[in-house]
Amino acid sequence: MDNHWLLRVRNLSKVYGEATPEVLERTGPRFNSNVCPRTGAVVAVSGINFDLYPGEVLGVVGESGSGKSTLVQMLYFDQEATWGEVNFKPVEDGAANLFDLSNQKKRYIRNHLMGMVYQNPRDGLNFRFSSGGNIAEKLLMANVFHVGKIRIRATDLLTKTEVPVKRMDESPARFSGGMQQRVQIAKAMANNPPLLLLDEVTSGLDVSVQAKVLDLIRGLQRDLGVSMIVVSHDLGVIRMLTDRTMVLKHGQIVEQGLTDQILQDPQDGYTQLLVSSLL
Amino acid sequence: MIENLKFQHSFNYAYIDEYTKKEIRRKTLKAVCIPGYQVPYSSPEMPISRGWGTGGLHVTLSLVGPDDVLKIIDQGSDASVNACNLRNFVKEMSNCALTFDTAEATLIQTRHRVPEEILTEKQILVLQVPQPEVLRGVERHEAKTRIMHGEADYAKIWVTLYEAYVRTGGLRSGAGHPMMVNGRYVATPSPIPSWDVPNLSMARCLYLFGAGREKRIHCVPPFTRVEPLEFEDIRFKVEEFAGVRCSVSGQDKAFMDQIYADDLSSSYVVNDSNFLDKLRKGPRPPQRLFTNPE
Repeated sequence: MDNHWLLRVRNLSKVYGEATPEVLERTGPRFNSNVCPRTGAVVAVSGINFDLYPGEVLGVVGESGSGKSTLVQMLYFDQEATWGEVNFKPVEDGAANLFDLSNQKKRYIRNHLMGMVYQNPRDGLNFRFSSGGNIAEKLLMANVFHVGKIRIRATDLLTKTEVPVKRMDESPARFSGGMQQRVQIAKAMANNPPLLLLDEVTSGLDVSVQAKVLDLIRGLQRDLGVSMIVVSHDLGVIRMLTDRTMVLKHGQIVEQGLTDQILQDPQDGYTQLLVSSLL
Repeated sequence: MIENLKFQHSFNYAYIDEYTKKEIRRKTLKAVCIPGYQVPYSSPEMPISRGWGTGGLHVTLSLVGPDDVLKIIDQGSDASVNACNLRNFVKEMSNCALTFDTAEATLIQTRHRVPEEILTEKQILVLQVPQPEVLRGVERHEAKTRIMHGEADYAKIWVTLYEAYVRTGGLRSGAGHPMMVNGRYVATPSPIPSWDVPNLSMARCLYLFGAGREKRIHCVPPFTRVEPLEFEDIRFKVEEFAGVRCSVSGQDKAFMDQIYADDLSSSYVVNDSNFLDKLRKGPRPPQRLFTNPE
């Protein structure tokens, strides 16, 4: 097998409720439900396997409740996985399962090696701090204790994400939704992480702002070669950003392949429905 | 009739019963062993309400004996109401000796000041602390703050310092500047002014911090490194009092109070009352002074 992957996910599952291996067998697209009929346990993510390669952008699509967000939140340690193994090349050359590491190591990975952009800027930003402060938080976690350097880096990032630098010391609460999202992206990029997780970044923004944010992400990807996992229910976003796509339904992958291929020639019934309902 | 000695006195020696005192001493020992770590303790009922100096009183009463010489100050003054009342109470309950003289005291309880005069290895300074949790301002949940302390996750405090710098252009937090104790725990030094924070580092005496309402004891043992949090380029500074002299003693280089008269003119007076008395009477007592960077 090739060994060039950046992130390797094996058998990743998240069960709310009684977590026995049998619940995975009684749920999924085959049963058209992610609730176990016997125990009532909810299977948000069910035995997912995939590899992500350096510089690659992987799309995750699916209807709401299909487990897309839970998937990336587990990768970012926001939620604890029920089962599964995640190997990440920059950590011990991919030998260690990330979920077995100590909290301190996990935090190090979160702060140095991954960036996350949430759908709601309130999840990713602290509105009691200024925008510069939010970026500073990431840098301070990475032990940069020099205000001058922090401010230079924050200015850099905000320029790159087209947030007016003049407003660096204002709270993001006073910004428009698109600007908040761009501050969030700046924060996620603060330590130049090799992996960026984007969870519904453009949902809730108006179309012209959506286009700008997508442009920005595409530009960052092109310039820095960062790998991304893009979660969206919007096939337009997926088409614009991603190389490869996984389609989730009831916590399982129903179809995966090159994005163009999936959008042009969907095989699974559910994917066909998704594509045909594209406006 | 069986004589019941227990009820011949209305109170146990030093007010608190022996078992509880033992518990407080045990927790104090633990705090000494783990500098900067907040040890939860019982915080028994006192005849004053919690948050009015009960934490300091608990620690003082668990330590005081008939041979002790006690001094209690409030904001540097022996004469303030709070100090007088606490002093009378401890005296009545423990029959210890009292003094105003900082050098003579074996046990000093204080609110919001460290005496100017250098304390020695024979002395213990007990500080009353309103809010011992340095992370409370950035994290509401107690369980989370404990995890943050456990993992030395202090980025959020650093962000508040960064924000303070952005707002004010300096790194002076007025009172209670967060400090790194022994390179491990970030603690708050009770709301003492920045002027006093450097005095906690590598001192000869023992500093005990009691927070009665929050039920925590923490400690800075003698000869322990205490570093106020500061950035590499923006350094911690103490109050400057540039060009200011005490209107009573004519001296400078001490923490000053600004006092306004009715005609809105103001003058300065040395805040530490015993230090001021000594300045007026004779030679300047030994004092540790911190010089601001650059």
